[in-house]
Amino acid sequence: MPESIVTILDVAIGGLLLGGIYALIAMGLSLQYGVARVLNIAHGEFIMLGAFATFTLYTVVGINPLICLAIVGPIIFIIGFLLQRTLFTRLRISAPNPGAFEASSLLATFGLLFIIQNLVLLGWGADYRAYSYLNFGVDLGGAIFSANKLVILGFAIGIGLAFYLFLARTRMGKGIRAAAQDPATAGLMGVNINRVLAICFGLGASMAGLAGVLYSMRIPLNPAMGLQYTIIAIIVIVLGGLGSIPGAFLGGLILGIIGEIVTYIDPSLSLAAYYFIFMLLLLVRPKGIFGK
Amino acid sequence: MNITTFTSKKFWVPGLLLVILVALVTLPIYGSLYNVILATSILMYIILAVSWALFSGSTGYMSLATAAFFGVGIYASALLLPATGQVLPLLVVVVLGGLVSSIVALGVGALTLRLRGIYFAIFTFGLVVLILELLNWWEHTVIHIRGRFVMLVDNDVIFYVMLAIFILLMLTTYFIKRSKFGLALQSIGENEEAAAHRGINVTLVKVITFAISAFFMGAAGTVWATKLTYIDPYVAFNPLFSFMPVLMAIFGGMGLIYGPVIGAGIFAYLQETLQTEFPEVYMLIFGIVLVAAILYLPNGLVGLIPRLIRRWRKGGLKQQHADT
Amino acid sequence: MRILEGEGVTKYFGGLAAVSDVDFHVDQGEVVGLIGPNGAGKTTLFNLISAALVPKPGVIRFKGEKITGLKPYKICRMGVARTFQSVKVFGNMPVLQNVLLGSLFGMSPGMSSADAAREATELLEFVGLSAVRATPAKDLTLANQKRLEVAGALATKPELLMLDELMAGLTPTEVAQGMELVTRIRDKGITIVMIEHVMKAIMSVCDRIIVLHHGEKIAEGTPKEITTSKTVIEVYLGE
Repeated sequence: MPESIVTILDVAIGGLLLGGIYALIAMGLSLQYGVARVLNIAHGEFIMLGAFATFTLYTVVGINPLICLAIVGPIIFIIGFLLQRTLFTRLRISAPNPGAFEASSLLATFGLLFIIQNLVLLGWGADYRAYSYLNFGVDLGGAIFSANKLVILGFAIGIGLAFYLFLARTRMGKGIRAAAQDPATAGLMGVNINRVLAICFGLGASMAGLAGVLYSMRIPLNPAMGLQYTIIAIIVIVLGGLGSIPGAFLGGLILGIIGEIVTYIDPSLSLAAYYFIFMLLLLVRPKGIFGK
Repeated sequence: MNITTFTSKKFWVPGLLLVILVALVTLPIYGSLYNVILATSILMYIILAVSWALFSGSTGYMSLATAAFFGVGIYASALLLPATGQVLPLLVVVVLGGLVSSIVALGVGALTLRLRGIYFAIFTFGLVVLILELLNWWEHTVIHIRGRFVMLVDNDVIFYVMLAIFILLMLTTYFIKRSKFGLALQSIGENEEAAAHRGINVTLVKVITFAISAFFMGAAGTVWATKLTYIDPYVAFNPLFSFMPVLMAIFGGMGLIYGPVIGAGIFAYLQETLQTEFPEVYMLIFGIVLVAAILYLPNGLVGLIPRLIRRWRKGGLKQQHADT
Repeated sequence: MRILEGEGVTKYFGGLAAVSDVDFHVDQGEVVGLIGPNGAGKTTLFNLISAALVPKPGVIRFKGEKITGLKPYKICRMGVARTFQSVKVFGNMPVLQNVLLGSLFGMSPGMSSADAAREATELLEFVGLSAVRATPAKDLTLANQKRLEVAGALATKPELLMLDELMAGLTPTEVAQGMELVTRIRDKGITIVMIEHVMKAIMSVCDRIIVLHHGEKIAEGTPKEITTSKTVIEVYLGE
């Protein structure tokens, strides 16, 4: 296979992979903001938690990172669920209007960010850590691609698909979609709003955690890594349209592909490129692709 | 003249302020070097918190661009007061740093103050990191500079300039609040659409206030740079300086002018004394206190004071009735 | 003289036309009523006139000058004032200050502070709120808040005053007081356009009535003509 084609394929796969990760993270945040109306600045910290949990489980206990998905996912779900049930419900009740709730919950998530990040700092220290898993090449038609890249891509797609099916086919999923559209009416129609909100928040957090598990196979980890992913997630959900989950998915893929291309040209420009797109978006079409 | 003259607000508030002012101005004389440096830091945080509250508290738009304006000021020093040789006098650079920040704020404000609240908050936060990343790329990849050094300035001088900025800021805030402009500003915070329909040019008022608050942030940054002495994009444009003033102001309470002063004063003191020893523990506790404050102190510390006074008064009345 | 006129005024929200190709005019000194079932587009039309929204397409003229596309504060200073269905007052400010805002900023050039304060006090008397001049607006009763909003709008010295459901939520006594206030405002020479659901108020005070339904103007005429119009009766009875 000619080299230029290999490069293009590599960038394409890398872009889809990055896009898949971004899509997971963004869909998680979209669930939290779109339904529970909490802009979770600490979202990236759950990614970081997933990554660190995997690192420790793999290097200390020897548990396969793919198995970690099944361990970390539910645990982070529970954490998110409880947070919504306690902290954010209390804030929602005491807020005089929705705008005040958005502001106070945003600030509360800042607090969470400090708490989670510094707990990890105290436990693991500030150094970069990494581990190696499935780090060998796979031959596809004459071109070599990294195995973990393919695995991550596969799992990201799988999780995304499972999530879509959950939203589209299950009763809880329909309840979530109803609550996202119109919480008051959904409540009247028998949807247990409090439970739905807590599930959404938990699901959102666990999707971040799962993304962290997957991506930790390829990148070095450190406790401060979370914030940049939160920012990327925010950019993606604005790009896709606030409150739209398909938008978050599509926006994630688009941003990931753009990111991979920019990284290929000059790695230090990728974050700046994201921001530039973001600023442009806010000025030209703030409601994004699927925004209302 | 009876005792009530001395206890009446009109007398002891200016009196208290005068005492504080004298204490601050004479600090370098009786205070140790450590105290002067500590006081400079605390003043810096107070300036950031009060400037932030001046705009965001009044209009209700949460700005996370504080670090951007602060950073612009820092870079003004890096460029105009380099260790290699001062280009302009210190005070000129301070004013220049403030002005450039204001201009940036005018531009950003004009572009974005029509966005809804949450978008504005996100945009202003993005601004900080965008400038950071662009500057980093420019310095690293294009002009190959790694870090800049600012010339040394005497600690007492740094303190006095910071104090001057602080006093100027408090005067500005005070006079704005009592002016026609301040009334317009307050009405925008109460009900922006109604204010627009009463003939107030809301965009103009918002942008100007944004620029004024940025001026002080930039000026403070210029002075802060002389304390840091080593500057690079990550040092200058630190997102933490966008979050901290917000938290300090809200913790202190935004209903009154001195709320952010108290909040910033307490937090800055704790930060400077604890952070060097146990940075992670400090930040952890900060996070916990922050969440607790948002949950239980919606009006901040300053909101506690009326509650305490009421309780004190009630106790006093009880005593009176008991005597009769 | 036509103080206000609109041609082909239209506004779409998504795929739905909230206001569709409406032509209207208001003569100076008139009291015009704007009625129609809920969702007919009345408040949207007000929003288009006061520039809270921009019509697309359509043109609106005030005293012969095009005002479409201007910002709300400009239109206010030109002499158009309005109240809102949801009663927008400045809750934490005392009553006097609420009115003062209009006196200070509502015209160009603005008044001096002393003159403005005097004017505001007079307006409070005019609407009957002198007793509560220092009360924060959010502590007022609904009827008083509506009075306050009217006073605040009057402070901007409008030639045209748009009232959006002034009588909504008021007791019969308060409605009568509201009608009387409207008459007094009219007697001052101010042109009035009012959206109302309380038919009694509309019929007794208005010179002319415009009827909207599904965003379109379906009838226009004197109160007598409207109450006997077949189209209007169908629209209301059919609900």
